[in-house]
Amino acid sequence: MALALTPSDRMRWTIADALTLTRRNLIHMFRVPQLLVFSTIQPVMFVLLFTYVFGGAIRTPGVKYVNFLLPGIFVQIVAFSAMNTGIGIAEDINKGLIDRFRSLPMARSAVLAGRTLADITRNFFVLLLMYGVGSAIGFRIQSGPLEAIAALGLLLLFGYTLSWIGAAIGLSLRDPESVQAAGFVWIFPLIFASGLFVPLITMPGWLQGFAKNQPVGVTAEAVRALVLGTPIGPYAWKAIAWGVGLLAVFVPLSVARYRRT
Amino acid sequence: MARRKRNDAIVAEGLEKSFGRVRALDGIDLNVPEGTVVGLLGPNGAGKTTAVRILTTLLQPDAGRAFVLGHDVTAEPDKVRASIGLTGQFTAVDDNLTGAEFLWMVGRLYHMSNAQARSRAEELLTRFDLDEAAGRTVKTYSGGMQRRLDLAASLVNRPKVLFLDEPTTGLDPTSRNALWEVIEQLIREGTTLLLTTQYLHEADRLADRISVVDHGKVIAEGTSDQLKRKIGGEYIDIEVKRKMDVQLALKAMAPITVGDPSLGATSLSLPVSNGSGVVAEAVRRLDKAGVKLVDLNVRRPTLDDVFMTLTGHAAEEDA
Repeated sequence: MALALTPSDRMRWTIADALTLTRRNLIHMFRVPQLLVFSTIQPVMFVLLFTYVFGGAIRTPGVKYVNFLLPGIFVQIVAFSAMNTGIGIAEDINKGLIDRFRSLPMARSAVLAGRTLADITRNFFVLLLMYGVGSAIGFRIQSGPLEAIAALGLLLLFGYTLSWIGAAIGLSLRDPESVQAAGFVWIFPLIFASGLFVPLITMPGWLQGFAKNQPVGVTAEAVRALVLGTPIGPYAWKAIAWGVGLLAVFVPLSVARYRRT
Repeated sequence: MARRKRNDAIVAEGLEKSFGRVRALDGIDLNVPEGTVVGLLGPNGAGKTTAVRILTTLLQPDAGRAFVLGHDVTAEPDKVRASIGLTGQFTAVDDNLTGAEFLWMVGRLYHMSNAQARSRAEELLTRFDLDEAAGRTVKTYSGGMQRRLDLAASLVNRPKVLFLDEPTTGLDPTSRNALWEVIEQLIREGTTLLLTTQYLHEADRLADRISVVDHGKVIAEGTSDQLKRKIGGEYIDIEVKRKMDVQLALKAMAPITVGDPSLGATSLSLPVSNGSGVVAEAVRRLDKAGVKLVDLNVRRPTLDDVFMTLTGHAAEEDA
């Protein structure tokens, strides 16, 4: 075992350790496919519910409701997935695995990086699946492939950001059930006080102000503009600013929490 | 304490740690010379696990210093981590990986190459008699198998110093024996071992020296024989029919009792001098005194007896 590590060795091992744990988490994910299935079924139910039950009562002038809805559903998927990040970490703490990892000479960031990288991979697959489901009920991307890729990139960045918030919550609460319960408290208001499912214009002014500036809301507006090919306005930079800003806060916060676990 | 040498494999000097108002460690000193086995013996809550967690870099002490193979555990945690193996109090394995995948992962995290990690995993699975289960997910393993895998994981790096925190707690007797055999093999190979246990018998079987821990302090230290001499040889547990028999028995047994007896409503436990014929002698004396005997057992001293003798309180009070 080489003990004297150069900075470049350190960097190499930091990446290698993160990838080892990403691989471990992906093995979990595909070995317990229930989780993947259920994290897909729930948004599918939302799509069906909103398209066929509520959709008729929601006016989206100039846009087919399913085309309006799907970008919102994509954002909802990555938002709820942040809860899974926290649950996974809380489970590792409960099983004593975090102690095992902390007794190894591995990078301190690897457990969190590996978890969030695996979750970004899961998000990618669930988004792809949801795109398939949406297509089956009439969803069509109204812009071009470049805009679609930009929308996907924005969704993955935003999902990654929220994963780190989930990680911080998992490290703080340390119990999977509590993480799940807490998830509803912070994710639900952000999801429903936004233009994810209904046009902002029908909301009272003060709520519009909140919905147009909070992270989930701005990301939904930006993704929708990219998918529908409508003007994106200030939402692109707002979404990116929120993403990068939250990462800048929650990555160091989570890593610091992990060290003290 | 006898010797204090910084070049011992494990050295702890005056370790202190509090959690809120609970004082877990109250100045623990330890020395484990290379190639030897030291057992930390104590009840739940004595501070054994806290001591292990500090020595394995999982926890920072409030005061005191500790060295593993000469590396300061707080200043050079990575050097310590690279040279130790830890099997914690609770089995820490990955349910959804196979045994082979789990050991591969640990190997990779020790920065072995892919091929090295794979072959080391195979080696350990064979050694721990898990090769048939290598491809099964860990959640299908029995408790004993999971514990063996757990121990295997702490040996991936061929550590010179191994920490085992209550390695056999919660295992059935067969699994316990199997694990003891594996640990004895490691000891023969020259591994330095710090072992915590609640079982005197376990410390007796595995450790060269034993440190008895209570309330975050080492209250006695020595070889198993030295400690036992302190506690007395053997114990006779007597169960009687009537309450009045307890006093009768106590009086009858007094000439061959060598320490403080502990009394129940219809039972008593007496330290007696070693030697053959002690049972016959006891039965003869009790019979002569007219004691209605229900049961009589001779046994070796237990952790409870150690604690009774050393601290004047039973080990369970701390649990």
